[in-house]
Amino acid sequence: MKRIINLRPSRPLAVALGIVPFILILMLYSWGSDLRKAENERDKLLPSFTEIQKAVDRMAFTPSKRTGEYLLWQDTKSSLKRLLLGIVIAAMVGLVVGVLTGAIPLAGSHLGALTTVVSMVPPLALLPILFIVFGLGEVSKVVLIVIGITPFLIRDLDQRTRELPQEQLVKAQTLGGSSWQIILRVVLPQVMPRLMDAIRLSLGAAWLFLIAAEAIAATDGLGYRIFLVRRYLAMDVILPYVMWITTLAFLLDWSLIRVSKMIFPWYHTAK
Amino acid sequence: MKDAFIAFQRCGKHYGSHVVLEKLNASVQEGEFVTMVGTSGCGKSTFLKMLLGTETQTTGKLLFNGQPIVAEPSEDRGVVFQKYSVFPHLSVRDNVALGREFAESPLLGKLFGQKRRQALAEADQWLEAVGLAAARDKYPHELSGGMQQRLAIAQALIKHPKVLLLDEPFGALDPGIRKDMHALILKLWKENNLTIFMVTHDLQEAFYLGTRLWVFDWPQHEAQDSDQHGATITFDLPIEQRDELQASDLEFPENESPVLMEVA
Ligand SMILES: Nc1ncnc2c1ncn2[C@@H]1O[C@H](COP(=O)(O)OP(=O)(O)O)[C@@H](O)[C@H]1O
Ligand SMILES: [Mg+2]
Repeated sequence: MKRIINLRPSRPLAVALGIVPFILILMLYSWGSDLRKAENERDKLLPSFTEIQKAVDRMAFTPSKRTGEYLLWQDTKSSLKRLLLGIVIAAMVGLVVGVLTGAIPLAGSHLGALTTVVSMVPPLALLPILFIVFGLGEVSKVVLIVIGITPFLIRDLDQRTRELPQEQLVKAQTLGGSSWQIILRVVLPQVMPRLMDAIRLSLGAAWLFLIAAEAIAATDGLGYRIFLVRRYLAMDVILPYVMWITTLAFLLDWSLIRVSKMIFPWYHTAK
Repeated sequence: MKDAFIAFQRCGKHYGSHVVLEKLNASVQEGEFVTMVGTSGCGKSTFLKMLLGTETQTTGKLLFNGQPIVAEPSEDRGVVFQKYSVFPHLSVRDNVALGREFAESPLLGKLFGQKRRQALAEADQWLEAVGLAAARDKYPHELSGGMQQRLAIAQALIKHPKVLLLDEPFGALDPGIRKDMHALILKLWKENNLTIFMVTHDLQEAFYLGTRLWVFDWPQHEAQDSDQHGATITFDLPIEQRDELQASDLEFPENESPVLMEVA
């Protein structure tokens, strides 16, 4: 008998083992829901699958009576716009600052201390300040995401830039490259796939800041909606929304790695 | 005697109180092929770095064409390291063409259209010269270790450097492949009027390739406290041309080599 640490599941078994927990959770849920409904038909905590299905139909496929919009799609559009805008801005700032501090010692020693301190500030503590400065509109939500993830991106890219083999930078100099040319042709292209990695790592935080900002001040958005309906204990809406947010987060992460593998094959095969 | 091409005059290198190299005196003429051996950690790479310009000597003078050497890597001194000398994100052709792109496109370091085609054509010639023409569209990670070193050499030569610095360039290669690389480097050295400095830990290789062999070591009476005293060139051996000789003809166990015996 082999040691258990050496036993690997076959492919079909692995798939089955992966699905089983999900089925178990669904069964548990359905059992719990039935139990509570048997006791009190109007229980809201564990809505039945039919109730959830009705809620999904109401939110996603029926125009709202008040605004004539399909609420789920409207919320998704607003949230994704804020999220992506925040991530793109943070990525650009992180890339530029991280590469400069990582590649230019003169820049690194000064900015290093500042980003270290700034990254210690809990971004959510700054949210009131953002609301005061930028108002309750779109800007403060985007800025919160930017403030929340940029320090991490800067520090990560600074590190990734420093990790490039010194030999390459010396070689590029013997090929006649100026500082600017070397950053542009040698450093930047090699840091790009590492930026994609860093963005993937910061997606969780970006969602956190988005939902927090929407919960506090917004008129639409996925985070806004679940905090709004919480007042009516509308678990039948909250649960599918949470699943939808999870799906979006997963898809975003998945497409980032797909794109990275497509644009930077040398990075993913060389590792 | 004509002026030396490269001259070390009582050169030394310290890191803090750690003396790595000292009392280096040597002059090298254009076209020499200097091979360097010595125990690990005795400062051979440091010596190359001073020639390369990434380290500056702490004492003494280092002259290049009679002038103090530029203390920054430049186009007249090409380099090939044991690894990491090529750019993983560029195809083989683009790796070689990069030197031309740097020269002709100050702002972007990238050429387009007709100029790019010319740069690529020149790159192809160098790839032909190092036997990599067939692999020109591959990426470095798709190449074997020997092919990567060929690429690193082609990449350096497109700049027509006067000096080529090699730090254990074939140290990680299989013996058979190493033999091919020896033939290649000798051919390129002759064709391109190069002055080569090459560090190796393979004494046979050093004898076979060089016109001159340097042994780096601590002078005997100072060996005890090696932190206070640096290594230096303890042996400077001219090697007569051995064109017909194969590296394998010079077979002796590493520790019993005539040179090291004499030094000890
Ligand atoms: N940047 C540095 N700072 C301090 N010590 C160094 C540095 N670079 C090399 N050394 C020291 O110099 C000595 C020679 O190193 P090196 O030139 O790499 O030896 P070799 O190439 O002959 O094996 C070693 O003892 C090493 O620890
Ligand atoms: Mg070394």
